[in-house]
Amino acid sequence: MDTQQQILHYVLRLGDNALISGHRLGEWCSNAPILEEDLALTNFALDYIGRAENLYQYAAKLENKGHDEDFFAYRRSERDFQNHLLTELPNNNFADTMARLWFLSLYEFYLYNELCSSHDETIAAIAQKSIKEIKYHLRHTKEWVLRLGDGTSESHYKMQKAINDYWMYTGELFEMDTIDHEMLNLGIGINPQNIYSLWLKDVKETLNEAQLQVPEDSYMQTGGKNGIHTEYLGFILADMQYLQRAYPDAKW
Amino acid sequence: MTEEIKDTQWPLWEVFIQSNPGLPYKHAGSVHGSDKEIAMQNARDTYTRRNEGTSIWIVPSNSIVASNPSDSDMFFEPSNDKIYRHPTFYVMPEGALNI
Repeated sequence: MDTQQQILHYVLRLGDNALISGHRLGEWCSNAPILEEDLALTNFALDYIGRAENLYQYAAKLENKGHDEDFFAYRRSERDFQNHLLTELPNNNFADTMARLWFLSLYEFYLYNELCSSHDETIAAIAQKSIKEIKYHLRHTKEWVLRLGDGTSESHYKMQKAINDYWMYTGELFEMDTIDHEMLNLGIGINPQNIYSLWLKDVKETLNEAQLQVPEDSYMQTGGKNGIHTEYLGFILADMQYLQRAYPDAKW
Repeated sequence: MTEEIKDTQWPLWEVFIQSNPGLPYKHAGSVHGSDKEIAMQNARDTYTRRNEGTSIWIVPSNSIVASNPSDSDMFFEPSNDKIYRHPTFYVMPEGALNI
């Protein structure tokens, strides 16, 4: 794989994480516990999908095969998607979604903060736009982790369960493979292991404040970055890609 | 026989948005929020998504003191026939803009 190909993969990974996260959050539309939260979650979904669009447009340019952003969203198969497993897991209950999104937003906060000074100008520009949205996602989800963790016995139970259930999917966020190494050397990407300690420190602080236990490290799930997914991604793609698969290039 | 309809939502807050620095805050509507931080975020998500504002105030709705509609005649009608309270009887100097 040459450098251009590696940059393409790096950009696609960022885009896939944003798209799948956005699609999941969009599923809350009309289902959130309260109207205001419905708006908040669908706003977040749109932030993510907008970010995915920007990244896929850049990917299309890097790929240089005449594809557009819709190709990457609607015409690729499960194995081509390189998003983290955490982004594709089902929404379940509100505490689950908040825990998942908080883990992700905190990771993205440190990731995109560093990408703002990427040597790749397009990635840096997208990061500078995204970081403002991510800060808000982080604020909102953290407030909910605190409130549900330190709320009633039922909300505490559900939030603790959510934190425990998703913990094994957080390891993958900080994995480093050859593409990451190469991007780091070129000053385009970041070292995910450097942001792990920052992430963990914040997680511990917030969980303590929320009267929640920090889960013990055990087996960590992995695979998403290499296209090996949970059973859930196939259902997401079936839902998301149906129209473009059935009626290629449909316009309205 | 009348059954009281209970509001099952969170407490209500009134939202005021300032569209530009220096301008007055205008009432935009209301939101529910379990406390002031959540209410502030809900106000942001509900009323500033289309670039409407640069600053937000929120106030618990039950802290608003409203005039009573039955006082309207005594409060507001006496000023109806006092047009001299509007500064419309002055001649503006020519060339004076923004008055």
